Amino acid sequence: MSDKLRQIAFYGKGGIGKSTTSQNTLAALTEMGQKILIVGCDPKADSTRLILHSKAQDTVLSLAAEAGSVEDLEIEDVMKVGYKDIRCVESGGPEPGVGCAGRGVITSINFLEENGAYDGVDYVSYDVLGDVVCGGFAMPIRENKAQEIYIVMSGEMMAMYAANNISKGILKYANSGGVRLGGLVCNERQTDKELELAEALAGKLGTKLIHFVPRDNIVQHAELRRMTVLEYAPESKQAEEYRQLAQKIHANGGNGTIPTPITMDELEDMLMEFGIMSAVDESVIGKSAAELAAAV
Amino acid sequence: MSQNAEKVLDHFNLFREPEYQEMLKNKKEQFENPEPADKLVQVREWTKTWDYREKNFAREALTVNPAKACQPLGAVFAAVGFESTMPFVHGSQGCVAYYRSHLSRHFKEPTSCVSSSMTEDAAVFGGLNNMIDGLANTYAMYKPKMIAVSTTCMAEVIGDDLNAFIKTSKEKGSVPAEYDVPFAHTPAFVGSHITGYDNALKGVLSHFWDGKAGTVPALVREPNEKINFIGGFDGYTVGNTREVKRIFDLMGLDYTILADTSDVFDTPSDGEFRMYDGGTTLEDTVAALNAKATFSMQEYCTEKTLPFIAEHGQEVVALNCPIGVAATDKFLMELSRVSGKAIPDALKKERGRLVDAIADSTAHIHGKKFALYGDPDQCLGLAAFLMELGGEPTHVLATNGSKHWAEKVQALFDGSPFGKDCHVYAGKDLWHMRSLLFTEPVDFLFGNTYGKYLERDTGTPLIRYGFPIFDRHHHHRYPIWGYQGGLNMLVRILDKIFDEIDNNSNVPAQSDYSFDIIR
Repeated sequence: MSDKLRQIAFYGKGGIGKSTTSQNTLAALTEMGQKILIVGCDPKADSTRLILHSKAQDTVLSLAAEAGSVEDLEIEDVMKVGYKDIRCVESGGPEPGVGCAGRGVITSINFLEENGAYDGVDYVSYDVLGDVVCGGFAMPIRENKAQEIYIVMSGEMMAMYAANNISKGILKYANSGGVRLGGLVCNERQTDKELELAEALAGKLGTKLIHFVPRDNIVQHAELRRMTVLEYAPESKQAEEYRQLAQKIHANGGNGTIPTPITMDELEDMLMEFGIMSAVDESVIGKSAAELAAAV
Repeated sequence: MSQNAEKVLDHFNLFREPEYQEMLKNKKEQFENPEPADKLVQVREWTKTWDYREKNFAREALTVNPAKACQPLGAVFAAVGFESTMPFVHGSQGCVAYYRSHLSRHFKEPTSCVSSSMTEDAAVFGGLNNMIDGLANTYAMYKPKMIAVSTTCMAEVIGDDLNAFIKTSKEKGSVPAEYDVPFAHTPAFVGSHITGYDNALKGVLSHFWDGKAGTVPALVREPNEKINFIGGFDGYTVGNTREVKRIFDLMGLDYTILADTSDVFDTPSDGEFRMYDGGTTLEDTVAALNAKATFSMQEYCTEKTLPFIAEHGQEVVALNCPIGVAATDKFLMELSRVSGKAIPDALKKERGRLVDAIADSTAHIHGKKFALYGDPDQCLGLAAFLMELGGEPTHVLATNGSKHWAEKVQALFDGSPFGKDCHVYAGKDLWHMRSLLFTEPVDFLFGNTYGKYLERDTGTPLIRYGFPIFDRHHHHRYPIWGYQGGLNMLVRILDKIFDEIDNNSNVPAQSDYSFDIIR
């Protein structure tokens, strides 16, 4: 592996926009002359659709199931080249309700390493579903894999809760390996005091808010066409936002930190600090809005 | 009276007594819902046909009696080849019981190995605590010089990270920080025992050579003239390794046997229990980096280890379980080329004796058809030897054989007139072999102990070969490598051939005109 190779990973709550954010950002990185490999670690296999303009790429695991075993696969079978020569791989996973998706991630990453998929690229980006819930989803943050983790979040409580959980996962591996938290990327949901909250959470976690990506419908327009905003509307304001995010990530190499996750209580305290939640009044917990109105 | 203390019947005879016969008959009729006897016969006959064979070979989603074991078995085998090393399998206890019993039943020696005893809670929460406690207990109770960690399916499915776990265990004081705990991920659902051997050996070498998981600087190679030797996963390791040492000594070579299992699987009974015996010393393992070259006797047991060694600057030579004259010639000539040492006259004489023995007996082997199954290298080595003897290795099957292996076997067939009608079967199992033996019968079958069911089923006489051999003792003490090993194999084959001739000619006044004293 070349010294220059940077391995990054995008984690975050499901549906937060990891895949969209990562693909747009990576597309912007190619404008800066970077060669990129995307490794999708989400059983939905949608981490590369905007780059490849396809519904969903054939995954390592589905191809392996066809061929008989992973050993029967060649790297050309699983790696596709899309927009601006970005190399794309999807690890895939079992049908919902059966098997182990985490194991799929492990199998795929081992296969890619053994077959030289990482040769000659500047960036490897892992797009990982949800929290660090098992060894499989932690695979990208193990030693010699991703060194910098970017957590995609928003001002919603559950997104912040997930960001905190992911930080716990990083902390677990930070001491034995070299993984660091690169920073938070806030994907605007237009919740109250979103920017301030995101910055405050970043501060609590001992990291920084890398970029605040404003909400813009052009992202949806591009997505419907299975394109990144960078490709669909390169002159748009939103494309410029992703370029800024890409530049900040590019300049952020080696600046990662070991996160300092907080407790659930601290997280709730923080929300109160910003007036999103009023001080916990034990009498209102578990009461519906109608019940509360009746009580007044 | 089924049993009495004055005259105890053993099980051979006990269950033939009328009361047992009646009980078994009733059990079958009342509880086993049996098919009519004539239908059983009819189906049994059908399974012997080409029609069934074609269906059998079209099988996709089912394996019946695979001729392979799982990765950690090979990892344990490799680990016990190092001085005072305790193999530690991260996973469930039952798996480890299997590796221990499998090795002990073959070698008739105790096999020391511990597990991290993962249970349901560890499967959910991860096995970190099991690693921490397990390493501490192993270190305190069995006082090994090194603990070599491998994994079972359970730990692999949930994705336990050995590197991180071992580091954390050291921080928690399970073992001293500088204590050697090499590791290898050995998921049992990938590859076979030969893959596990490969991974574990590479794990040990990379631990010592590449900076002990980032805790010390990687070693710098200072080349010398020594030769490293890797035997691979080998059921004949005791005899083979000692034979190879004898050959190296005769040639005056300076050498290191890596993962030397010859003593630990053959400890003497002299009143002292040896939990660990022999094995490659840790100093020699470190110094093996500096060797001039590494020889692997089994290419498919070292598919990752050999390239790893080559990357560190050594020449590597891969052989395929060399048996017989030509294969041993190649082994010795490569040794001589790499080391610059001449092949001594003593070995040349041994060669002549083997050639002489083959010439004496060739009439009995020439044109005989053989089926064989086993590990990829052992199939290659034996098939080449059989053709050297004038035999035809008609069916060659390895469940853990790859496409690459199949091409190599085919090339071997193509190089000899005896290989003309021979076929190679990669990834097939013993139920496929059964169909082969019924539809295209051969004279003899080579295989491990599980082959005795094929022998009983198809009537093909079994010559025991490979691993495991549970039902014949001490074969592992006799080499199959070197000219001496070729002689052992020749005698084993001939013994079976002559036994068969005798069995087929021993009916008084009917076939005894051929029941000769001289063969």
